[in-house]
Formats: sequence, C-alpha cells, structure tokens
Amino acid sequence: MSDTIITNIYVLDAIAVSAAIILYFVSKKFKTRENHKISEIDECLPQANCGACGKAGCRDFATACANSNEEEFSKLYCTVGGKDVMDKIADILGYSKQETKEETVAVLRCNGSCQNAPAKKIYDGISSCRIAVGISSSPNGCPEGCVHLGDCVKACPFGAIHMDKASQMPIVDENKCTSCGKCVKTCPRGLFELRPRGKNGKRVYVACRNTQKGNIARKNCKVACIGCQKCTSINSLVKVKNNLSYIPTTVSAEKYGAELAKTCPTGAIIYINGTEKTEKAHEKN
Amino acid sequence: MKKIKTFPLGGIHPNKYKLTADSPIIDAGLPEYVYIPIKQHIGAPAKITVQKGDKVKVGTLLADSDGIISADIHSSVSGEVTSLEPIEGEFGYYEDCITIKVEGDEFEKEIDTSPELITEIPEADIIAQRIRESGIVGMGGAGFPTPVKTTVPPNRKARILIVNGIECEPFLTADGRLMIEKAEEIIIGAKILNKLLNIQNAIIAIDENKPEAIEIMQRLSKRYVGVNVQVCATKYPQGGEKQLIKAITGKEVPSGKLPIDIGCIVQNVATVFAVYEAVQKKKPLFERIITISGDECKHPANYRVRIGTPANYLIEKAGGASEEVAQIIYGGPMMGSSIINTQAPVTKLTGGILLLSDSLSHKKEEQNCIRCSKCAEVCPMGLQPYLIGKLVKEDMFEEVKDCHALDCIECGCCAYTCPANIPLLDYCKLAKSELKRNR
Amino acid sequence: MLKISTAPHIHSPQTVSGIMKDVVIALIPAGLVAVLFFGLPALIIIATSVAGCVLLEYLAGRFWLKTENTTRDYSAVITGLLLAYNLPSSLPLPMVLAGCFMSIVVAKLCYGGLGKNIFNPALVGRVFLFISFPVEMTRWPVPQFMNFLNIDAQTGATPLGILKHLDAAETTLIQSNSLLPEYWKMFVGYTGGCIGEVSSLALLLGFGYLLWKKIISWHIPFYYIGTVFIISGITWLFTHDIRFEPLTHILSGGLMLGAIFMATDYTTSPMSLNGKIFFAICCGILTVVIRFFSGYPEGVSFAILIMNAFVPLIDRYFTPRRFGVKK
Repeated sequence: MSDTIITNIYVLDAIAVSAAIILYFVSKKFKTRENHKISEIDECLPQANCGACGKAGCRDFATACANSNEEEFSKLYCTVGGKDVMDKIADILGYSKQETKEETVAVLRCNGSCQNAPAKKIYDGISSCRIAVGISSSPNGCPEGCVHLGDCVKACPFGAIHMDKASQMPIVDENKCTSCGKCVKTCPRGLFELRPRGKNGKRVYVACRNTQKGNIARKNCKVACIGCQKCTSINSLVKVKNNLSYIPTTVSAEKYGAELAKTCPTGAIIYINGTEKTEKAHEKN
Repeated sequence: MKKIKTFPLGGIHPNKYKLTADSPIIDAGLPEYVYIPIKQHIGAPAKITVQKGDKVKVGTLLADSDGIISADIHSSVSGEVTSLEPIEGEFGYYEDCITIKVEGDEFEKEIDTSPELITEIPEADIIAQRIRESGIVGMGGAGFPTPVKTTVPPNRKARILIVNGIECEPFLTADGRLMIEKAEEIIIGAKILNKLLNIQNAIIAIDENKPEAIEIMQRLSKRYVGVNVQVCATKYPQGGEKQLIKAITGKEVPSGKLPIDIGCIVQNVATVFAVYEAVQKKKPLFERIITISGDECKHPANYRVRIGTPANYLIEKAGGASEEVAQIIYGGPMMGSSIINTQAPVTKLTGGILLLSDSLSHKKEEQNCIRCSKCAEVCPMGLQPYLIGKLVKEDMFEEVKDCHALDCIECGCCAYTCPANIPLLDYCKLAKSELKRNR
Repeated sequence: MLKISTAPHIHSPQTVSGIMKDVVIALIPAGLVAVLFFGLPALIIIATSVAGCVLLEYLAGRFWLKTENTTRDYSAVITGLLLAYNLPSSLPLPMVLAGCFMSIVVAKLCYGGLGKNIFNPALVGRVFLFISFPVEMTRWPVPQFMNFLNIDAQTGATPLGILKHLDAAETTLIQSNSLLPEYWKMFVGYTGGCIGEVSSLALLLGFGYLLWKKIISWHIPFYYIGTVFIISGITWLFTHDIRFEPLTHILSGGLMLGAIFMATDYTTSPMSLNGKIFFAICCGILTVVIRFFSGYPEGVSFAILIMNAFVPLIDRYFTPRRFGVKK
C-alpha cells in the first residue's frame, strides 16, 4: 500500500519537475519584449475601443503613442478621453502637452421627423438604414433625409443616441457624446457632423442635407432648407451651395445663432442655447 | 428529345403564377409624355445631346454614351423635348431625365419598320457598329452594355453562345411570348452574335414549362446550322448566368471569375432580339416587351412598350391599381424591387410590372433561427446564408469574409425558403456592401 | 399607401409552427400504438408531459424571461411528446413533471429558447430522470393489447434488457432465442419498453410523413440505423452471439425513435449534408459501443446527447461545397 503511495508521489513529482523545466524554456524562447509604457498609457485610456482615433482600439492607440516621437505624438488624439487623457499620456512619455482642442459633439443635420415630414409609404423590411436607403428614399420622400431605422443608435459605443418615440428621430445626448465619430461613419446618408460644442453649449447649424430645389424639398418636408440665401445676409461666411445652406463652424453661435435661426423661413437652422438643453436632458434622466 | 438539364446545387420551386403565358403581345400605345432616363445601364450615364424645345423622331439619338461602359439613349417617340430636369425615379431618388411630349408617331428614315424577315447577315464590323449605335444593354435585368459584353478580352476565347430564354421568375412571361412570336428573329439574332464573336455554336436554353416556345424553336432551329435548343428544368434560379452555364456546359464559373473566362457568353433572348432589330432593321433599342401581372392585376397582359412610358399609364391599361395593391414591383417577385413612384418610367431593364396584394407580399415577423439548414440546401452557390445572417447581426464582418458572401448572386432562395422569415438576403447584401467597402 | 420592401417579395408557405405541427402529426401514430398496448397510464403520461412542457414554457416566458408567448410555435408540444415517449408508462407523474422542468427550463430556455439550445431538450429530460430515478425508469410494464385500464400490470424486461443480462454461457445457446419476443412483435410494438419507442411500424409511418412533407431528409435516420445494423451485424456474424443480433438491435430500444425524431432535431443536428451523415454515423457507433460495453442496456439517448455537443465543431469542418470551387 505504502509502495503505491510512494510511487505515485515520485511519478507526480517527476511530471511536475519536467513540466516546470519545459515551461521555463518555452517562456524564455517565446518571451515578447513589450514597452512597459504601452500598458501604462493603456490604463489611462477610456477603453471604449471605439476607433475614433483611427487605430484599431485603445491598445493599438497606446502602442502608437508609445512608439511615436514628439512630432508624431502631436498628431495623435483621443477624442473620447479628451485633453485630460492626452496630458496624462504626454506626462508618461515625457513629451510636451498638446494644445487644447475644441471639444466637439455630434449633431444630426436632419429634422425630418414624422411631424415635420409625414410618411408617404410604408417600409416593410429589416431595421437597417443601409438596406432601406438602398431600395428607396426616406418614407417622407426626401432622398437625403433620415430613414428613422436607427443604425446610429446601434453604432454608438457610448449609448449616447436614442430614438425619440414621438418624432422617430435619433437624439444625441450631448452629455454622453464623446464625439468619437462612429455615427458619422455609420449613417448611410452622412447626416451626422461633429461640430464644436461652443461656448456655454451654444451652437447653430443647418438641420438639413437636402440639395433639391426649394419647392421639391418643401413638398416632402416642412423644415427643409430651400436655399433662399436669407441666412447669407446675416453672416457672409454662411454659404449656399446646391440649394443647401451650410454654416461653417467659424461663425460664432453666440453672436449670430439666434438671429440666423429667426431669419430662416422654414426653420431649417437650429440654434441650441446650451444651458436650456442641458437642463432638459437632466430632467429626462 | 434531348435530356432536360439543370444545375445541381440548391434551387427552389416557387409557385409559377404564369398568368399571361398564353396572352399575345399587345402594343401598349403611346402615352402623353415619356420620361427617358439617361442612365438605364451599368456604368457612366449618357451625355445629353438634345436641347429643350428640340423636335425628335422615334429613334433619334438623345444621349451619347460616355466612356466605354455606357450606352446610347434613343427617343422612343416623336415629339418635342419639353424638359431636361431631373424627375423622381421609381425609388424616390431623382434621376436625370429627358421629358418628351408625344406628337404623332414618326420614325427616323433609316429604320426599317416592315415585318419582313432579313436573313442575310452583314460583316462583323458592321454588326459591332450597329450594336454600339443602338444602345443595346443586357435586358435580363443586369443592364450591362452589350457591346462591352460581346467584346472578348484579348487573352480569352469565346466558345459558346448561350441564349437565355429561361424565365424562372414567377409571373413574368415576356421572354416566353417573345420566343413564341419572334422565334426566327431570335435565331437570326443568335447567328449574328455568333458571327460577331466568331464562334460556331449557339444554344437557346428554354425552360421546360414553355412547351409552345420549345416546339417552335426546335422546329425553326433545324433550318439554321449551329443553333440548337436545350430544354432546362423549371427551377429557380435556372436563369442565373452561372447556373445556366453549369446546366448547359457542365462547367462551373470559378468563384470571382466571369463566364468568358471559361469561354461562355450568355445573352438574354430579349437582348438577342434587340440585336436582330438593330443589325437587320437599323432599329435602336426604344421598345421592349413587359409583362404586367400580379395577383391584384385585373387584366394581366404582355405589352410592347416604348421605353420611358410611365408605369401608371401601363397600370391603367391593365385595369388600374385598386386599393388592394400593397406593392408594385419592377421585375420579378424574387429579385425585383418595389417602387414607390408610379409616375416613374419603364426602362430598358424593366421586364415586368407586378401589382401584388398584401397577403402575397407581406413580410412576416422575423423569428429565431431554428437551424433547419433549408437556406444552405437551396443556395445555388453553396453558401451558408444562416451563418452570414448570424454574423452580420452581430456585426462580425471579419468573420463574414470567410463565408464568401461576395459569391452571393442575390437570387433570394434563402430568404424565400426560411421558415423563420429571416431576411437572409438583406443580411447577405449588407455583408457584401461591407466587404466591398473594406476591400 | 404603397409598401416598399426588399426582395424577395414572395415567401414559401412553410413556417416554423407549420413544421412543428407536422412533426407533432408524425408523432401521433407512435402515441396511438402506445395507448393500444400500455393503456390509460401511457395516455396520462403523454398528456401530463405535454401539458407540463407547454405550461412551463408559458410560465417561464411570462414571469421569468418576460418574452412574448412562445408556446404558439408548438415546439414545447414536441418536447413534451418526445419526453413522454422516452418514459415507461408506469412512471409516477411528479417525476414526469420534473423531467418537463429539466427539458424546457434547463435544457431549452436557459440556453435562449427555440433554436439556441445545444442539447435536445427531451433527451436531457430523459437522461436526467434515468440517472436520478434508475429504478422507476427501468420498470417496464408488460404490454397488453387493448387492455386500457392497465393499472397494476406486471412488469417485464425489454428485449435489450434481456440481452444485457444474459450470462456469457447462455448467449450461444439456440434456446435463448425464445427469451426474446418475435420480430413481428418488436416491429409493431408488442414488447416492453418506453411509451413511444416500442413500435417501429408507427415510427416509420411518422418518418414517411416527414419525408413526404420534406421536413427532414432521409440521411440521418438511414445512416444512424444503418451504422448500428452493420456494426452489430458484423459482430454477430463473427461471434454468433445472440447479444449482437442486428435485427433486435434496430427494432428494439429507442433507436428508431432516436434516429427519426431526435437525431434529426433541426437545432441540435449539423447544418450541412456531409456533417449530418458524419453526425449520424458517429451516433450509430456510440450507440453500439454503449449498448455492447456499458452497464446500460440502452445507449441512444447518451449517444445523441454526446454528439449534440460536437455539432458546432462538425458545422465548422463540414461546410457545403461552394459553386465554382474545386475541392
């Protein structure tokens, strides 16, 4: 009996020792040398793996940072983490801090809700904007507007976009939006734009992408931009191209915002007075 | 009778609904206005050569092909060009279009309108020129310009011409009627293409459920050397290019390759007929046969329609669209697309207009996949649609690559057959667009 | 208002619930035969099992998973029927309900419901009962034709049970043949065994119906039964040992029921044809191995469950031949 036990102990010990030796050599052979800064940087990053930086994920971004020289580093930016994170990374690497970049937020440049632009047909298919866009124009007839199927909602890694039940439009929660740009890439009609948050959250933009002539555009949607040029008289930076007005981000929302929105005859220009909006968002939460 | 051939992988047998198989082709007449889009083919849109206010005749060149892959557009009516503004197309998108107000019915002088059959075939370079000048495109639905398709790349050799007389889509009968009424013209058209391609062999493939067309074609083809008739089984998608080549020659077009790589050229019967008319009668492509059918269509029929005729003119002819019509479809019910604007014109590619009821076309709610593997069984390309669908749903496009979604011919067999009503074809299309984007 | 949708615009009339209904219809003959031979107790077990499964699915969906009512697709009915067919008619009803719970809640809904379970729910239920209550699960009432109030019936052994407990000395004796029921009795179901497995005739009828309706292909049952027949046949030819007699092996026990209704279960069988054939052959081999070498007389449920676990792997390696690609 005791013989059996002793044999067992020997055999098991022998296996353990040989396994340990093999492991030692294998680990030595396959050891990868990794820059310890990568993990350090990685820890600072938001870990959303959203790809907004243009890299395949946070780890990839950390590697890129760690392997960069000062000049290359100045081009890398994590929009999600923002200035704070980039400063931390700069500290780790010993580089000078990046300049402050203006914080941006995603805005939806369409206001064709089911109230403003009633549906003229029924879409009977899968809930995918890309498929719907491939087979026809929006339910309201606009060839360039939102199709209300929410690819952006699914794409947003931060849950910052939700579908509003009443208007059937996606709504960006600016408190949650990190301006990673996923929605911009996802929307098959390119309706999202990353615009500066603006001072006190004040910003102004044209909520329309329709390039059709005014009468055709208005037929489908009450709040379409008709290219009437009225907004150009307020600020000369505002340009109308292809029957569509565009307000560059250089136009100060604080100064001209309210006036622009008031001038627009269709209400395609939306002026967001930051303070109001944040309060509302809080109420909802 | 020779053996009935078919393709081995997959396929389905949908209900045929061939309501108009025995109704002769009727002339649809002239609408008040025609709207002729300048892009009715794959490739670059044609360049408009007329101006507002110009008087045009039937067959007048309206727009010139722009680049190699493009096609000429000709007037289908005589009258006055009233507008060159874009109009709302069938899907609600605006397309550049030439609007013509119809006045009388005057043809261009050189067009031979006599019904006489011309059997003498001109030289190859004349054939090529006339095909190019007539704006002929693949009328089976793909719309690939025929001059490009009949130009064999230098390192390839065409061995066999297959005339695709298979109409495997339910409801559609336009090609079948054409083969019955214009059999000899089609055979001569095939001979013309043979001469152009410098090959001796043409096979007219007809599916089993068209006995009348088979009989006429077999009888007439005996008079012409090198033209044979092959009967194929009635199975969807027998009319798919790759499936047809497999059935006729036994060869498979390798994944990612073209039929010409194995020496085959496939042309639709309507295209072959257009080639005959263009070469022998100098008639550009300005009219085609369209089936108007559907379970909600009061008087289904086959019409000879001028290109650019608005759909609602034809729908009125066929008895009008009642309240019961839930969907109007251009093309067949398997691969066609539903339209929202009935003002939109028919083009060179419209093989049918279907008025479908809600009960027939209703999309049922998507359920869990029960892994019945029916989609894989019916897929004519041997793919695994359930897997593609599952991966696309989870946004796993990296893995979709290994599923070879790009081989999909979008025949819709998988979505048709799925008992859980999963829109597998939509998922495959999503996968394809994503893969193409990332390439 | 016009509707717009993606192609294809028509759809085959086949639906999930339609398929499930057809399977239920295909299972009816076996149930009728069972009632004929085992009387009212069999009917009560079938009813309890079906009701239990449907009720559990309904309650779990309503109060636990908060999903829509999923009982309308008839899949719970099939699970209930198959579970009942795998039980002896003398089993106490609370045990039947425990089996229902195991099948529906643990083996099906915990994995995500219809189409997502890895193991065949009815078989999980049966194996659970078989391991937990071995005595009750192996007490086989002797069949009595048309004796419906078969309440205190005698118990006997199943043909496979008889074979298992033969002494090595007895096996080569010709007389031991008389221990087994005649083949025709095994074929119509006049032998001891689980409710639904006794009658090969009724099961084959159901198989014919499923083939006619194109619900399943013939491959899995054919290769499964064929493998068992061939392996036991070869062994029998060489040893002349009655324990390996092939006809007894395919006519008795759960082989027919398992091969026709449980190995072909869509969800838990491979997707490609080659995969199905491989799956069926492996099931056959495992069945034979368990029947010949293990302590259990019966191996179908274990064989299928083991192979169920390999289905994802089989799906990975056996893919359909693609068009235009030479292998």
